[in-house]
Amino acid sequence: MRSSSLLTGVLRGYTALLFVFVFAPIAFSVIFSFNSARFPTIPLESFTLHWYETIWADPDVWQALRNSVVVSLCTSVLATALGFATAYTDYRYNFRFKSAYLALVLLPPTIPLIIMALAMLAWFSKIGASGELWSIIIAHTVLAAPFAMAITRLRLNQMDKDLESAAWNLGASEWRAMREVIIPFCKPAIISAAFLTAAVSFDEFAIAWFVSGLNKTVPVLILEIVQGNIDPQVNAIGTFVFLVSITLVIAAQVFFSIRQSKVSL
Amino acid sequence: MAQVGHIDDGSLSPRRLDPYALTWRLPIIAWQVLFFVGPLLFMVAMSFFLVKNYVMQETFVFDNWAKMFSRNYFRDSYVYTLFLATLSTFVVSVLAFPASFALAFKVSDSTWRWALFLLIIPFFTSYLVRIFSWYVILAESGVINAMLSIIGLGPYTMLNTMFGTIVGYMTLTLPLVVVLQTFSLANIDRNLVQAAHNLGCSPWRTVYTVIVPLAKTGLIVAALFCFILSFGDFVSPYYLGGSKPPTLPILIIDTTKSGQQWPRAAVVAVVMMATLITIAFAAITLAYRKRTSR
Repeated sequence: MRSSSLLTGVLRGYTALLFVFVFAPIAFSVIFSFNSARFPTIPLESFTLHWYETIWADPDVWQALRNSVVVSLCTSVLATALGFATAYTDYRYNFRFKSAYLALVLLPPTIPLIIMALAMLAWFSKIGASGELWSIIIAHTVLAAPFAMAITRLRLNQMDKDLESAAWNLGASEWRAMREVIIPFCKPAIISAAFLTAAVSFDEFAIAWFVSGLNKTVPVLILEIVQGNIDPQVNAIGTFVFLVSITLVIAAQVFFSIRQSKVSL
Repeated sequence: MAQVGHIDDGSLSPRRLDPYALTWRLPIIAWQVLFFVGPLLFMVAMSFFLVKNYVMQETFVFDNWAKMFSRNYFRDSYVYTLFLATLSTFVVSVLAFPASFALAFKVSDSTWRWALFLLIIPFFTSYLVRIFSWYVILAESGVINAMLSIIGLGPYTMLNTMFGTIVGYMTLTLPLVVVLQTFSLANIDRNLVQAAHNLGCSPWRTVYTVIVPLAKTGLIVAALFCFILSFGDFVSPYYLGGSKPPTLPILIIDTTKSGQQWPRAAVVAVVMMATLITIAFAAITLAYRKRTSR
């Protein structure tokens, strides 16, 4: 069996290399953000906080950050609520055209962002809603709601089918059963969806770039800096963006993996 | 209000206007019709509009279609984008497979859970910044060429080449493809693999004749996602590929942003959508087709 264990070793080593490839750009961005060289390469030059000082002192960065936070928070709340309502509908009801209903909800992430961006730009101009912060929020909610729906739906799969009917039989109204059975049971998924949809919105740049007008978000600001020249301050902003989105995605995964065996009624 | 059955079937309950049910069902319909279907349909309509003196007029003429289809750069761009996305799909699927195989068959469950945890992170993490990071790493005096020069190689030109574009596409798609491939491989009945082994089938032959056909659906779906993402991405071909020639997404940006010709950009977008729908349909048919008996 020697050749088999050799093969296993080679495959594991290959997989490790693939992970290096996936995380190398993130790692180098962090390293170079503390490096004094104007054009980042190895060997590294001296340690510096200069790039962070530059972005800290830049009012455009602060404005973009404020915009991004507002957009992410609003998107997160809207997309999570819509995703929850849809997941519950799919879990509980059967109706005609249900597959069309699900397709309508789940398709947006499969449409190339640049196409959505053009379509949103044209549509928002048509209905007089372009160039506003809330135009980005609306578009991001379309994009993020399917992720919230999927997370909540997976959680509902784990729920005992009789739990809700039991609440009704004990005299609870549908609304009360929702409030005291379904929502508490889905809480980890709802929190997880809130984090993940915030991450989706925080990182999205194509639609935000097209519909934002003058209200730039952080990724749009990065896009505009990158179009100019090599500027190491992008690494500093990028490191910050990585930190935020990785934290959000890890939080989403941690909450999603919490298995609640009991529901407190 | 006690209900016996749990799943409400529309045909069984005649109440058409159940306010509780509608509260949960309607919001997403309204939202998606207004802000998803609406924009896409309007974009299709827009491809027949005319721009006169920088003002868009809601007409129904085929000028934009005729204009775009008569331009060589549009045809070149279409062929090139299709080629790049196809190349990316093959390269990513082939490079991902050994890792997916290892994660499905050669590591413990807890290792797989950690790998999944790690692979989900980059999918939601600032693709744009990761591409900028590659730009720096692949540059003439960047990290890779600096490393190669130590052993006396290079420098190689990697930016503004097809190689750069594919590295960018891989950054976008590789984690997702590995996850989807691993899921489909992990679902294979291990007894069939063991049976092939017991019957004296070599490991390579087992992969080709047993494992790949059994995981076919998942592998094709993974490839389809890779194609869609590569076909629609503008960041990699622009920043790492140098936009020579521009791909369709870059064409949309140029036409919209500098040319102010939204209707012509809409033609490009509609052509892209039609291509993607055709390819998705073909891929799904292929993925779910029953194998013919041999």
